[in-house]
Amino acid sequence: MSENKKWLPRWFFQLASPRWCYDITGKLLPGFVIAMLLLLVTGIVWALMFAPADYQQGNSFRIIYIHVPSAILAQSCYMLMAIAGAIGLIWKMKVADMVAKSCAPIGATIAIMALATGAIWGKPTWGSWWVWDARLTSMLILLFLYLGVIALHSAIENEVTAAQSAAVLSLVGLVNIPIIKYSVEWWNTLHQPATFKLTEKPAMPPEMWVPLLVMVIGFYCFFAVSLMLRLRNEILQRERRAGWVRELIEKQ
Amino acid sequence: MNPKRKRRLLIVLFLVFGVCVAVGLTLYALSQNINLFYSPSQIAKGEAPKETRIRAGGMVVDGSVKRDTQSLDVTFAITDYEHTTLVKYSGILPDLFREGQGIVAQGELDANNVLQASEVLAKHDENYMPPEVAEALKATGNMPKPEAEVFNK
Repeated sequence: MSENKKWLPRWFFQLASPRWCYDITGKLLPGFVIAMLLLLVTGIVWALMFAPADYQQGNSFRIIYIHVPSAILAQSCYMLMAIAGAIGLIWKMKVADMVAKSCAPIGATIAIMALATGAIWGKPTWGSWWVWDARLTSMLILLFLYLGVIALHSAIENEVTAAQSAAVLSLVGLVNIPIIKYSVEWWNTLHQPATFKLTEKPAMPPEMWVPLLVMVIGFYCFFAVSLMLRLRNEILQRERRAGWVRELIEKQ
Repeated sequence: MNPKRKRRLLIVLFLVFGVCVAVGLTLYALSQNINLFYSPSQIAKGEAPKETRIRAGGMVVDGSVKRDTQSLDVTFAITDYEHTTLVKYSGILPDLFREGQGIVAQGELDANNVLQASEVLAKHDENYMPPEVAEALKATGNMPKPEAEVFNK
């Protein structure tokens, strides 16, 4: 154990304590709520009213400001769920299991949002709501993986077994993330390749991508807020027999 | 790290790695079947099956669009800058359809390698810009052109 502490930071072990986790998320929550409101309101107003229209698609391209952030977030959320699941499996950390469980419904909702906005955008630009190309299909599989994780959590009554099997499913599904990302490069798809690449300049002028960046960060803050709210509920529910939870409830 | 945790870490890594290899090999084996459409080069080489429903994708060749004055019939050629394929279609084309635009057409190849299309979808590229910028780029001839590899992977 002493050797352990040398290479892992202290907060990693503090996170293992549900009580510490409940307190720290309580302190972080207001800041994230304010940041989320500021970024989302600025982003939406900027994107819908001030960003220029596209030369080909006109105003219908503005749905990108919802579509891209939700698609990015749906994948990030899945990665967090799988990593939290792995930590839960290896270190038997209760809080990690709770994080993984709280991620699933949020991720599923956001994946539905990415698919729905994509369909709405596809109709006027491509001429079709849905095409079975590699990008769209792999994104649909991501949604099914989320639904599978939710189903496992609610089907297995024992919390420890449920967390273990859901973690294994999320780790297996992790292989889908690079497939979603690179599907447009590996295969012929109707979906266009990425506008943003790490190595190149974005294929979009700054007056278009700056509001998009604001929206992406706003979406991440929204995710942080909803994850913390769900996590705090989950902690209270699972630790309801612990002394500190009883004290907390009696105080109110 | 105690041995128990180390063992569990190895199992998790093995699981992720194993699934990646299995899925990777499957996708590699299926790679041609995952493509949404055939490129004009593949059709010219005879890789696309005839008289079954397939999709073909490419850029609409400038000056190749011929509309029938009496009906909705239209013929045009699509290209991946190596080969071209002729497409015949009867119906309403998507708003983004124009010469120089990427499209994906679904239909059957006839004996002369002409695609008798039943559906035409527009494929747009990853470049977005305001109309003024597009006009300025067009005037100087710097409009980004999609590369041939977009249609030929």
